Amino acid sequence: MHGRIRTWGPGALVLLPTVLLLGYFVYGLIAWTFNTSLTDRHTARKGPAEYVGLENYVNLFGEERFLNSLKNLGVLTVSFIVGTLVFGVLWALLLEKGVTGEGVFRSIFLFPMAISMIASGVVWGWLLNPSQGEEARGLNRLFSIVGLNFLENPWWTAGSRWTTMAAIALPAVWQLSGYIMALFLAGFRGIPPELREAARVDGASEFKLYRHVLFPQLSPIALSALIILGHMSLKLFDLIYAITGPNQFRTEVPSIYMWNTLLRSDMAKAAAIAIVLLAVVAVLVIPYVAYTVRQESEK
Amino acid sequence: MTAAEVPADAATGKAAAAISRKPRRGASNDGTTRVSRTVRYVLLLLFLLFVLIPVYVVVIGSFKTASDTTAAAQWNLPETWTIEPWRKAWDVLQPYMVRSLLLAVPAAIISSLIGSANGFVLARWRFPGANIVFAFILFGMFIPYQAVMLPLRTTFQELDVTRGVPTLIIAHVIYGIPICTLIFRNYYATVVPHEVIEAARVDGAGLIQTYLRIILPISISGFVVTLIWQFTSVWNDFLFALFLTQQNNGPVTLGLAALAGGQKVDYAASMAGALITSLPTLLVYIVLGRWFIGGLMAGALKG
Repeated sequence: MHGRIRTWGPGALVLLPTVLLLGYFVYGLIAWTFNTSLTDRHTARKGPAEYVGLENYVNLFGEERFLNSLKNLGVLTVSFIVGTLVFGVLWALLLEKGVTGEGVFRSIFLFPMAISMIASGVVWGWLLNPSQGEEARGLNRLFSIVGLNFLENPWWTAGSRWTTMAAIALPAVWQLSGYIMALFLAGFRGIPPELREAARVDGASEFKLYRHVLFPQLSPIALSALIILGHMSLKLFDLIYAITGPNQFRTEVPSIYMWNTLLRSDMAKAAAIAIVLLAVVAVLVIPYVAYTVRQESEK
Repeated sequence: MTAAEVPADAATGKAAAAISRKPRRGASNDGTTRVSRTVRYVLLLLFLLFVLIPVYVVVIGSFKTASDTTAAAQWNLPETWTIEPWRKAWDVLQPYMVRSLLLAVPAAIISSLIGSANGFVLARWRFPGANIVFAFILFGMFIPYQAVMLPLRTTFQELDVTRGVPTLIIAHVIYGIPICTLIFRNYYATVVPHEVIEAARVDGAGLIQTYLRIILPISISGFVVTLIWQFTSVWNDFLFALFLTQQNNGPVTLGLAALAGGQKVDYAASMAGALITSLPTLLVYIVLGRWFIGGLMAGALKG
């Protein structure tokens, strides 16, 4: 027994503060939020609250506004993930074989990642100005300058859910595509050159080489990218806040709706929204965490 | 490549190095023709344009006079160049910038140090239940802050922590621990030779001694990655700032949102403000870009 303590003791001592901190500030606070979501605490006022079971959740899912925010989130996530993957993978493919000035391209594609979503939202808010024709500003004005007037559009301010949320996703795609490029570029460069040589010797066309030899090698990277982008998108808040302000029904997602609910001091409802958001993230992340941990322990 | 493996490469700079490793140009059998090469460059330049358009807008916008920002002139270079918008934005943002610096530097250092100690233990001291602890920490990286935000505010109120910078440092350190721990865990698992640690153990050094005397001095590149990552994400954070502080004691993201989101928005000053608040992270990125790529690969797991 004494030997075991000597062996594991110091390590446990180092990890203990972290386990306690995360236990309280992650898992404990999640439980706290969940608990609040089961009560009728609809004001900022302290004092005892009644438990009302799942009433807040039932109300939420019966509410047009919340369903709207969930649909917006779904469309935003699809647009963002597809857009970022297409751009990122395409850039990686273009750079992959080595081009002159690759370092310059890489740095420029990557730099938006260093910028806060508030700062980029401020700039993109102006670029996505909805005015058209004579009054056109931002990208709409640019389209008319280069003679692509037909591209002028009201961006996020009118039109369908898809065009609205795709317009919101555009700045996010601009920010994150470079990151996906870096991931895939590293992936391509990590594939042993012999593999390509062998495929070419066997007479595989370039297309077949990528389709059957290179891309399958990169599926773990694609999985990581999907999880990263997916959970970023689900939590997206600052970009929407900066571009449209927090009070737009058209672009409201659960994270924004929660903030608006908090401003009205409806604690129980805000907590319920937060828990739904957590559940959506967990559905994505828990299988990934389990998979990663299993892989690690196999080593 | 799993989430856990990415950081390992990144921390060693191997990822960055791998990206830098260009294939030999002009190799006869690289499957490209002159046409496809031309198409490649044309496409790349078009994408470059897409990425740089906002940069053009924000830079020229920040040097314009009010009369120069009409719809028709928005894409033109300034008629008269002025630094007035920069002065205006700086006057507003200066106290916020100081607070952000006082926040991001210590938060990055503290979470990196904790992450390093944790990472070492997780990588080298296989103990019973290690997997559970690993999953416990890994999941902490992905939680949406909304799920903890409400009680977090209450907790800080009850602890009576001064709102503003101290509150944010605590929050960012705690929620930054998972990512820092994982980066270091993989760094120590792959980079630091096992023999070094074994030798220290044989010589009778305990875990803490081994860590302080042998591991810490050879952790520099790991620290570079976590410091860059934490500094950038703390500097750019908006959600914690909004929930946990107020306008008069918040960090620079709050300042910029106020400057650019008011009723009567000054276009030129907003643009200058966006640039000013981005300069520190851009500087970090330019100076330490080589590691930044690796750091991103490791760190962007945290949204």
